[in-house]
Amino acid sequence: MAKYILKRFIMMIATILIISTLTFVLMHSIPGSPFDEERTSNPTIQANLEKFYKLDEPMHVQYLYYLKSIVTFDFGPSIKKPNESVNELLARGFPISFELGMVTILVALLSGTILGTLAALRHNGIIDYLAMTFAVVGISVPNFVLATLLIQQVAVTWELLPAATWSSPLHMILPILALATGPTAIIARLTRSSMLEVLTQDYIKMANAKGLSPIRIVIRHALRNALMPVVTIMGTMLAGILTGTFVIEKIFAIPGMGKYFVESINNRDYPVIMGSTVFYSAFLVFMLFLVDIVYGFLDPRIKLHRKEGDA
Amino acid sequence: MVNERKKKEKKMMSSEKVLQVNNLKISFRTYGGEVEAVRGVDFDLYKGETLAIVGESGCGKSVTSNAIMGLIPQPPGIIKNGSILFKEKDLTKLSKTQLRKIQGVDISMIFQDPMTALNPTLTIGEQLTEGLRTHKKIGKKEAKEKAIDMLKLVGIPNPEERLKQFPHQFSGGMRQRIVIAIALICEPQVLIADEPTTALDVTIQAQILELFEEIQLKKGISIILITHDLGVVAKIADRIAVMYAGKIVEIGDKREIFYTPEHPYTKGLLNSVPRLDLMEEELQPIDGTPPDLFSPPKGCPFTARCDYAMEVCDYAYPFSTKISETHEVDCWLQDERANVLQAQNKIG
Amino acid sequence: MTNTQNLVSPQAIKDEWFRPKQKEQGRAESVVRPSLSYWKDAWRRLRKNKLAMGGLVFLVLLMLFAIFGPIFSPYSVTATDYPSQNQAPSATHWFGTDEAGRDVFTRTWYGARISLFVGIMAALIDFFIGIIYGGVSGYKGGRTDTVMMRVVEVLYGLPHLLVVILLMVVMGASLTTIIVALTVTGWVGMARIVRGQVLQIKTYEFVTASKSFGAKTSRIIRKNLLPNTMGPIIVQMTLTVPSAIFAEAFLSFLGLGVAAPFASWGVMANDALPVILSGHWWRLFFPALFISLTMFAFNVLGDGLQDALDPKLRR
Repeated sequence: MAKYILKRFIMMIATILIISTLTFVLMHSIPGSPFDEERTSNPTIQANLEKFYKLDEPMHVQYLYYLKSIVTFDFGPSIKKPNESVNELLARGFPISFELGMVTILVALLSGTILGTLAALRHNGIIDYLAMTFAVVGISVPNFVLATLLIQQVAVTWELLPAATWSSPLHMILPILALATGPTAIIARLTRSSMLEVLTQDYIKMANAKGLSPIRIVIRHALRNALMPVVTIMGTMLAGILTGTFVIEKIFAIPGMGKYFVESINNRDYPVIMGSTVFYSAFLVFMLFLVDIVYGFLDPRIKLHRKEGDA
Repeated sequence: MVNERKKKEKKMMSSEKVLQVNNLKISFRTYGGEVEAVRGVDFDLYKGETLAIVGESGCGKSVTSNAIMGLIPQPPGIIKNGSILFKEKDLTKLSKTQLRKIQGVDISMIFQDPMTALNPTLTIGEQLTEGLRTHKKIGKKEAKEKAIDMLKLVGIPNPEERLKQFPHQFSGGMRQRIVIAIALICEPQVLIADEPTTALDVTIQAQILELFEEIQLKKGISIILITHDLGVVAKIADRIAVMYAGKIVEIGDKREIFYTPEHPYTKGLLNSVPRLDLMEEELQPIDGTPPDLFSPPKGCPFTARCDYAMEVCDYAYPFSTKISETHEVDCWLQDERANVLQAQNKIG
Repeated sequence: MTNTQNLVSPQAIKDEWFRPKQKEQGRAESVVRPSLSYWKDAWRRLRKNKLAMGGLVFLVLLMLFAIFGPIFSPYSVTATDYPSQNQAPSATHWFGTDEAGRDVFTRTWYGARISLFVGIMAALIDFFIGIIYGGVSGYKGGRTDTVMMRVVEVLYGLPHLLVVILLMVVMGASLTTIIVALTVTGWVGMARIVRGQVLQIKTYEFVTASKSFGAKTSRIIRKNLLPNTMGPIIVQMTLTVPSAIFAEAFLSFLGLGVAAPFASWGVMANDALPVILSGHWWRLFFPALFISLTMFAFNVLGDGLQDALDPKLRR
């Protein structure tokens, strides 16, 4: 297990290094440098930038300083907002985005696995057809489309729920619904197909032959094995939800990090784009690392593979 | 005719019937139509005996054993007719809840492939004890002790440590021993072994077969052995039922089936197996394939492949003929009117 | 051993029936099912899948409209017509007009061009890079394979949309840059699949077997390799298209799409966002509907192809 974790950890560091380097190279390849005086209209900001990016030093020194700043979790200043750094934006916006993302994942995991399992248990039944119709529609409707439709219908036309901001649990329903539908659909489909496969396995037949109750068989024997594929796509799913928060926060005017990120894209606030990209990537890669470890715990074949063959 | 035979058998063997299968018919609804997998099977299982059911794949032997175990998925499976009597209860009529009190407790099953029969994500200990704890309502500690005893019985060293391990940490032979331990832990009266050695190496096959014999001596259980391997049958079976196209075409003591087979199919089966004592003879495969069970033939299903086929074989399924108290065969060649023909063809 | 199947009474069995039966040659072995070629069989099964066929029909219609719709429309895609701004759908403007008086119907088909172009180009470029990279990696094997796959593994771990956003920010938004950005990150998945397929082929015994029978290489490729490898690759391509369409719409929504006055569906939806509160539902509804329908069609078609092309599931 330790070896497995170490390998994943090295992978994680390598990925973060690559994305940081990529960001650095890309930003410096923008014609006329993003940190030119022409782009910044404010002397304080220019001074901050020069100080942070060591713009008077040669390129490789800049690169090393940049890496050092990432290791120390310092993501640099903003061009557009004087006296404000990416770190401050993160401190303000990220907790909200994190909350949105985490609740979405929980909702998607819970409803997706339940839906998928029910569909598999009632294979070719009404629940199965309904669940799979929902799934294929849910996968096809982009989250921003769903979000705007929800605002238009539920918030504007029917006036059932508030249309914007993040001020109360009631306000959270629509954004979470918009963001969680796609992942729920994907998880439901995957759970269903892997559950159907697991249910044909001999060990399920054997559990039946033991005279165990159906509930015990599904929960104890089938679900854990059926959820393995779901765990493996958690990485892609997290990335999808994270990028989803950008548009959802924009549409629902939620003051999260995603909203700042989209703003920075729209007014070409390059330091903020750089800083948040690196931060987001590091966060995602770290989450992937966690997912891998969870997978290691779920599947005993990974945990103890060194002892194999001593039987 | 049948009842008469059964009465006599009982008297003669003077032993107790554990299980009675009567005229069992099972079909499966598929996209292509209804497959008649089992078309009227009956046999009795006596206490402490090993009954082997042999036949080609698709002959219905596994479906029969799954039906006894209550593992026919309905739908697509349908039990069309017949009964499976166990302790005066008809297993085909029981509700799922009632059935669960028998599954694993009184009747248990061993599967073909030990590599897939164990859940990869649960420890051996959990898989061994869960049936025990569900049915016998005993504590964790007691269940664990029982599990250790079982592992000792099936010959697994260091049982206490092994309980905490996962299936992938065991070899194929060891896993099959564990599967056997799981099947036996609630001390069942009937054990169904569906091709228990097919997936194993030859050397390990022998060990597992010896384990069966040993356990049967110790526990006095009845075993239904499903197999296509006549070598396995020769080693541990007491009686043999030969199945073809969803029917038992011949049943008898091991010696009767091996030395005086009557049904052409049984003879064909025996001739297609290499034997050390008959080295000079060539192996004779049975030509052709079994009939399509979507629309089974009206007469004897073996007719198309039978060297001695008569016109009558196409018109009607043969009556059962008793050769001895224990030996019975479904074949028109037993009819006295076929004697002339038999003489002409010099059946050996 | 009962005779329940025997409906004939013992008296009905006639003596003359006990005559040897004439052997019918090969009767027991007659094969009912005619053998179909792989592609014909796949097509037969795809045609049975109503949902997938519906998707296919929709996509063909969409392509026709994308090509001919703007040509036959009396309205210009870009020219503004302020007197007729913000009209609801009507006989003259089927999908209504936007705040500059442009016909939403015409713009929707123009948007279809952009979305389909992005999707199909991304899938094709992914396919070519993936085939070359994955093919070399799988074919060479050994150390080359290890190194090449390590690279893929690291690239696979990168958050794709973030990289795409970064690339778009740097390169500036245009149709070309969207496709470049999507393929820079997208080929990795295809390369993995191709490599897996190549590795699998190398182990197939029938390849060795056909060779030893002296079969021609072209025949081996056509009869054996293509059916066994193209399935997953075609499915992957079909599923790349909707994800590229989604990515394009997503980028447009972030303000990184094709520049005005041209419009992709994503740009149209993004432009509609400020006005949905004023009740101009058609501005959002039509682009949203077509994004969703197109992704739906590609997804069900991909699923259908997966079922139809997988020889292992062949029954």
